[in-house]
Amino acid sequence: MSNQNKPQKTPMTPTQRRRTLLRLCKYMFRYPGLVLLAFALMMSANVLALAGPKLSGLAIDEIVGPGQVNFERVFLFCALMIAFYVMSGLMSYLLSIVMVNLSQRITYTMRKEVFDHLTDLPVGFFDMHQTGEIVSRLSYDIDTLNASLSNDVLAICANSITVVGSMIMMLTISPVLILVFVITVPISLIFTKYKSTHIRPLFRKRSAKLGELNGFAEEMLSGQKTIRTYGKEKVITDRFDLRNEDACSAYYKADYHGSVIGPTVNFVSNLSIALITLLGSIFYMFSLGGTVQNPLFIIGLGDVGSFVQYARKFAGPINEFANIFSELQSALSAAERVFGVIDQAPEPADKKDAVVLDAKGRVTLDKVEFGYVQGKQILHGLSVKVEPGQTVAIVGPTGAGKTTIINLLMRFYDIDAGEITFDGIPITDATRDSLRKSFTMVLQDTWLFGGSIRDNIAYGREDATDEEVVDAAKAAKIHHFIMSLPQGYATQLSDGGVNLSKGQRQLITIARAMLSRAPMLILDEATSNVDSRTEHQIQDAMLALMKGKTCFVIAHRLSTVQHADNILVVKDGNIIESGTHEQLLEMGGFYASLYGAQFVN
Amino acid sequence: MKLVIKYLKPFGLSLLIGFCIKVSGTLAELALPYILSHMLDVVVPEHAPTGDLTLVFVWGGVMILCAVAALVLNIIANRMAARVAKNAAQKVRHDLFAKTMRLSPRQTDRIGIPELETRLTSDTYNIHHFLGMIQRIGVRAPILLIGGIAVSYFLDWRLATVMVCLLPFIGLSVFYISRRGVPLYAASQKAGDDMVRVVREDIGGIRVIKALSKKEYERARFDTVNRALVKSEKKASLTMALTNPLITILLNAGLVAVVLVGAFLVNDNLSQSGKIIAFIQYFTLISNAMIVINRIFIMSTKCIASANRIETVMNAPFELEPEDGGLPLPTSDHIVFENVSFSYNGEQNDLENISFSLPRGGTLGIIGATGSGKSTLLRLLLRNYDPQKGKIYINGKNVRGMRHEELCAMFGTAMQNDFVYADTVRENICFGREVSEQDLALALRVAQAEEFVSAFPEGVEHELTSKGTNVSGGQRQRLLIARALAGKPEILILDDASSALDYKTDAALRRDLRMHFAETTTVVVAQRVSSVMHADLILVLDEGKIIGKGNHEQLLETCSVYREIRDSQMGGALLE
Repeated sequence: MSNQNKPQKTPMTPTQRRRTLLRLCKYMFRYPGLVLLAFALMMSANVLALAGPKLSGLAIDEIVGPGQVNFERVFLFCALMIAFYVMSGLMSYLLSIVMVNLSQRITYTMRKEVFDHLTDLPVGFFDMHQTGEIVSRLSYDIDTLNASLSNDVLAICANSITVVGSMIMMLTISPVLILVFVITVPISLIFTKYKSTHIRPLFRKRSAKLGELNGFAEEMLSGQKTIRTYGKEKVITDRFDLRNEDACSAYYKADYHGSVIGPTVNFVSNLSIALITLLGSIFYMFSLGGTVQNPLFIIGLGDVGSFVQYARKFAGPINEFANIFSELQSALSAAERVFGVIDQAPEPADKKDAVVLDAKGRVTLDKVEFGYVQGKQILHGLSVKVEPGQTVAIVGPTGAGKTTIINLLMRFYDIDAGEITFDGIPITDATRDSLRKSFTMVLQDTWLFGGSIRDNIAYGREDATDEEVVDAAKAAKIHHFIMSLPQGYATQLSDGGVNLSKGQRQLITIARAMLSRAPMLILDEATSNVDSRTEHQIQDAMLALMKGKTCFVIAHRLSTVQHADNILVVKDGNIIESGTHEQLLEMGGFYASLYGAQFVN
Repeated sequence: MKLVIKYLKPFGLSLLIGFCIKVSGTLAELALPYILSHMLDVVVPEHAPTGDLTLVFVWGGVMILCAVAALVLNIIANRMAARVAKNAAQKVRHDLFAKTMRLSPRQTDRIGIPELETRLTSDTYNIHHFLGMIQRIGVRAPILLIGGIAVSYFLDWRLATVMVCLLPFIGLSVFYISRRGVPLYAASQKAGDDMVRVVREDIGGIRVIKALSKKEYERARFDTVNRALVKSEKKASLTMALTNPLITILLNAGLVAVVLVGAFLVNDNLSQSGKIIAFIQYFTLISNAMIVINRIFIMSTKCIASANRIETVMNAPFELEPEDGGLPLPTSDHIVFENVSFSYNGEQNDLENISFSLPRGGTLGIIGATGSGKSTLLRLLLRNYDPQKGKIYINGKNVRGMRHEELCAMFGTAMQNDFVYADTVRENICFGREVSEQDLALALRVAQAEEFVSAFPEGVEHELTSKGTNVSGGQRQRLLIARALAGKPEILILDDASSALDYKTDAALRRDLRMHFAETTTVVVAQRVSSVMHADLILVLDEGKIIGKGNHEQLLETCSVYREIRDSQMGGALLE
């Protein structure tokens, strides 16, 4: 997508803007040498360039008429012009090199800071924010900043120098001709004002309408097959047409009024030239005729020539300033969003005297209270005792809070009240690293990254030998498949591992888990996504994995549930029943009614 | 490009008038430096002795007039251009959308939904943008270039030759740099994608990363892609950064050459100094025009790529049109499959030799593992695809012989994760059909959606969000079932449509269906045995073949796979 769908600018207060700007500047001043160098280069490049038109005017003044040309002086001025322009060109290329280096260093540092900080954030942050949103901080927002840092900041300085410099040069050539700007500058200013109050909103509306249209098109495309199945193509196309008309009209309206911009900018420049020519001709005539004696009014042919060139230089930046400032504005909003991520509170540090957990697998939950949002309690006084080597099955309808228990055991979230202990050690007294390393996790949405199969299996234990990796793969019943690939274990998994089937991906994550020596296992049984043969294989592999470990299983299979030492039936965030399969059936409660329900109509 | 021409054709006259206006406006601008040199070289020296200012004012007035004319004419031309661009783009977009809606599922799958999205959104946007730009700067820049050269030759052919000799250097260097720079940008785009991929991966796997304490590892992984991105961006920027200084140097070298040659010419009485001043301006105008023309070329490659992508969709043939259905089948059964075989890719069969018949008002259950061909069978019945072998009859008529609308009107379909869009509940259920209030109410009641829908303060006018994210999975499924029922279909198709419903609700749904839609023939595809066990006929599919056929009791006896599925699923049914 192009820019039309990007986040809308949120207005910032002036103090916020100043703070953000200051913080942004701090990044620049980490490289004071580069900044200084850039500034020096920018000054000299622009000042050198300013000399050109003046020199050309001087040269033309020496070209008086047939046989009267002072070639020596003309050559001198021409040589100077060439020298100045070439120097100026070189300087501005050097400047680009410096700026590209500076801005790339800054973006590198920023991306690194944001990413490193992301890895420090609690899991809750990722549950609350959409992936696309976070990604756009790291890509789109930082890119915007990058572009703004390397272009806009420079452009503002360069344009200021050009405006001031041209003004000075024009004053030295002829203070009288400056009068022309008394007419043209106000036109520019009024037009700039008109542009920002009347035309820019139209462009914003155009983006919004286009966004709506695109949203509608995307949505309907996602339902294309359904629409076709119901035979409603015409109805939907008619609705699309309404939005298309809206979007195209908004586009046209913006264009209609916006089409004034280019010609007007040119007009101001053309008008200046016409007026300068007119006024210049008059004074030139007086100068030739000797009517005026006051040096203020005496003007040469070359003067008119250089003046016209400066006038063109002068007009450009004034029109550009407004654009640059609005770009800078959006860069500041982008910076604000990037800093927003950096300012998120990281996972709190471990306690100073936190112990390194060497868990045996005895876990107790005592009156645990928890809610993701304050005031919306999910677990109410949950108590469970698990002995080493036991299997706990967690069952219940979707959304009942099964994964919540796992989030708490792994300390992805902290409990609100009560206590969780491992071998008697409270969860908060152990280091997070050692706690999490005591668990092995196999989750339903398998996670593989873009790397080799070997790296993916050995992800939890980089020190694993090739032999161990192969053994783990064999235990997970995926070894044969891996060997059937042309590159075996070195096979690179592309984007998200899409070139594997779901079952194969699951088996690789099981192999990863096989390598782990953790005493406890968290298992989220996958069900419907694989064919029955793979399902059998996965089930076998999982059983092998569970051997000798304390297991927490989000259970889907009757076999797992039946053989669990303890079944927790979760409903609406409460454990409403617990016990073995037989005990629960005997109890005749919710579990029993669910179990029975499938046999009756 | 054919596409652009085709859609611009109806606006030929408008385009021509716009073109003429634009040309006049640009010529008015080109006149300015010419008049300037005329005033300085002829008018002023001639009248200096008398001090007569009349002609100075006349010519000065002409210059101002030219500036005003350029302003007015350019604005008029731009507005005409905007109108033409709008009308053409709107038509392109309408035609593309209408065509997209009519693509057969096979065509949709081949092109891909995200690609179709890009074509409808950014590609049509590119076309619109391009249509506007080409009429404005695309006309202006060449005129400035050609007109500028022509006028300057008219002014002084010797100086003009100096200038024309330099132009190719500017043109070539711009061309050369952008030819090198554009692929570099593409490369840095790719490096950016790599960076984003790592971020996406890590956000998706944050729990695993934290569980295994792989923070440092992931940081190092990110650092690699970050560095690669910086490196390739730097390379691209540094290459493109050459453009401006190089052009400025060449341009100014040209100015110096004009002054220098001019000095000789004036000395030999072959030219006047005022002309040199005019030339400096023409030179600036013309070189800027060349830079713009280069930009137009870059833009038009982008536009051509977009146009080509749109064209492939527009030119796609119409598939699944009604054809000769052959003789009707003398049968009283509602649905008949006769030795149907089908393959998506034309290599191995996804369905093989499927035959069954279902009486009117009967219920068919289909069960089997993922990828066994359950949904494919439905897709054939709905004629989303045509089978390679065999025939499918509804009411004894071959589905291939029916009109699309006729066929669609028979069905009510609900798929597992079917399409819910941002609109009211009513709209989502009626789905562009005329549905009476009674039918709507009945559909809601039978789909077990009445209770939660009436709990909304606005009832059926409740606004759903895109993908229905503001209702639960079970509620969403019930709305989809209501949509399927609202048209009082002859054939109801439920493809895993009640998987998110709890047991009681599922049972109530089946009971109400039997009560109110007894006449309706129903086809149920399910993962769980309990959803199909009461069907009149159950098909057990495995790798596209029927491996079991009969009712629940028969299958328990005859089909081991069916038994296995039931045994392994009893736990599963508990939980979802």
